[in-house]
Amino acid sequence: MSWSNITRLLRRLSVFLVLIGMALIFALATPRFLRMSNLLNVAVQTSIIAIVAIGQTYVILTGGIDLSVGSLIALTGAIAAGLATSGFGTAGGITAALLLGLLLGAVNGVLVVKGRLPPFVATLAMLAIARGLTLFYTQGRPISGLPESFIFLGSGRLLGVGVPVYVLAVVAIVAYIGLRYTRFGLHVRAVGGDEEITRLAGVPTNRVIFLVYVISGLTAAIGGVLLTGRLWSAQPQAAVGWELDAIAASVLGGTSLAGGVGGIGGTLAGAFIIGILSNGLNLLGISSYTQQVIEGAVFILAVLFDLLTKRGRTTRRRQRTLAQEPT
Amino acid sequence: MRFLSIAEQQMAEVAKALSLNADLIAMDEPTSSLTERETEVLFDLMRSLRDEGVSIIFISHRLSEIFEVCDRITVLRDGKLIGTAPTAELTEDEVVSMMVGREIDEMFPRTATEQGRVVLEVSDLSDGDELQSVSFKLHSGEILGVAGLVGAGRTALAETLFGIRHPVAGEVRIEGERVTINSPQKAIELGMGFVPEDRKQQGLFLNMAVRENIVISDLDEVASWGFLKFREVERLAQDYVNRLDVRTPSLRQRVRNLSGGNQQKVVIARWLTLKPRVLILDEPTRGIDVGTKAEIYHLLNQLARQGVAVLVISSELPEVLGISDRILVMHEGRITATLNRDEATQDAIMRAATGGKINHVVE
Repeated sequence: MSWSNITRLLRRLSVFLVLIGMALIFALATPRFLRMSNLLNVAVQTSIIAIVAIGQTYVILTGGIDLSVGSLIALTGAIAAGLATSGFGTAGGITAALLLGLLLGAVNGVLVVKGRLPPFVATLAMLAIARGLTLFYTQGRPISGLPESFIFLGSGRLLGVGVPVYVLAVVAIVAYIGLRYTRFGLHVRAVGGDEEITRLAGVPTNRVIFLVYVISGLTAAIGGVLLTGRLWSAQPQAAVGWELDAIAASVLGGTSLAGGVGGIGGTLAGAFIIGILSNGLNLLGISSYTQQVIEGAVFILAVLFDLLTKRGRTTRRRQRTLAQEPT
Repeated sequence: MRFLSIAEQQMAEVAKALSLNADLIAMDEPTSSLTERETEVLFDLMRSLRDEGVSIIFISHRLSEIFEVCDRITVLRDGKLIGTAPTAELTEDEVVSMMVGREIDEMFPRTATEQGRVVLEVSDLSDGDELQSVSFKLHSGEILGVAGLVGAGRTALAETLFGIRHPVAGEVRIEGERVTINSPQKAIELGMGFVPEDRKQQGLFLNMAVRENIVISDLDEVASWGFLKFREVERLAQDYVNRLDVRTPSLRQRVRNLSGGNQQKVVIARWLTLKPRVLILDEPTRGIDVGTKAEIYHLLNQLARQGVAVLVISSELPEVLGISDRILVMHEGRITATLNRDEATQDAIMRAATGGKINHVVE
């Protein structure tokens, strides 16, 4: 087995090993971790992050990034709650929220593709705009008094398991199939591998890139609806900093920030690492301030790991190119 | 460094090696993008270094250069040592058969084919930079060679035709119809294919499988309702792997792990899946072993016989002369000669490529 095969295997398996190891540590550290009620709670909390992270994974696979998802979650959640409590009902509110997510994702996509803005610039601006719109729409106050059916989506249970877990299952299966078994998925991976080569191969790269931001907008909106249902209200400061969670879940799961490499399975595991980490630290009584520091550090480690395992490949590739052809 | 042309970068690499005062210098394809004059300069340098006692390992696919500059020749094939002998004791044919492992009866299989209608007609094409009022016609069933020195505008011509660069003046007609090609996608819709000069930077997804690399441009045929039909993907990829004799352990092998010649076959295979009317190849045999070169020449010949219009850019004169029906020679962005097969010689090409006058210009 060659070195590159080993690093590739390591990349793929490491996230699952970390996940299992972390769960074991918490299980030993506190008996409350393995209680059924706690595990079900972690599952719901993680599901919402994971759904958003799946959209983020598509974006990162093309070599882009979507920093606006936290704000989009808050804004779409607020719109859904606002409409649901003013006569449009749960269905009306959710439909509007999902359409808004698609629309704002499309704005991100247009800015990146047509405006030629670097993705982090376009989506950073959207982060500010969407948060501002949320504060404006809610006037800085929570929107509560949601219909039962709305709350059920975030807080309800089916066969003992939280509803968001089922939503995650559907989103993950669709996203997995979309990435592995459709021409769009192949295009996404190709664009991330090399955008220029993909364009020369006749693939409409602009459309592919546009669509991944639309997808990320949609998954953020789904997350927004579920989070609102889970909190029984739309909070103007909901999901602040969730872009980090979503990006970290993707990168922990083996999706390279350089694009082209990664997948949905890894992202799910990455999201569970983040969810379990946060839950375990809570159970151990570690303050939320300290938790943020830890989470940032974990993110840096994940990116370093990505760079290190990849650096080996690129240097060897450069050497080989030097050896064969003029550079 | 990236602002230098490939040839200039190459010269800089050689200079760097010389600056180290080494006793042993290994040169791996140092001339692959040098002009003949630059190559001569390099060879003079190599000879004087040798006389000063420096040992040089010169790795090259170009037999003429090896015979010109080397004292001993070692042939490797598939990672095995085939033999070593003093240059004086070997002929080019012997070296070629050592490299290929069998006698090559015909390197260039070009046979005169029936030339059909004009498929591509270019008039006064300029890109405001490297192309100056270029006009020519390309017929179906024809292999048209494009010769010239590095920087003569040959790659600019190919890239403009394929919609990578945008022309500022002139027109392009395909089957008589005026077309505007503003993207590779458009070029492909019009039935064009382009095998770029640098397959690693422009042609291949090195980290993706052979299978994906072959089908990526022709997903219509292997997808329905957006879903890939993997059985069809496999069938299509296997079909072209067989036809081009791509040597790969499996369709799922990453292209990174294939040899240069097989990588190039994968790029060509991708375009063939689209059944192009016009196929443009920029230095299709650069960095490829002799055996695979012969296979590629054979393939181009076969495509021409099937009526494909083939445009081949090449810096290797024997190659251009061997495979082309006609040869365009470019110099400083202009076409300075159009030579028929029977009047084309290395001399005539070099004179036109350096801006000299040619007595009998056709068309």
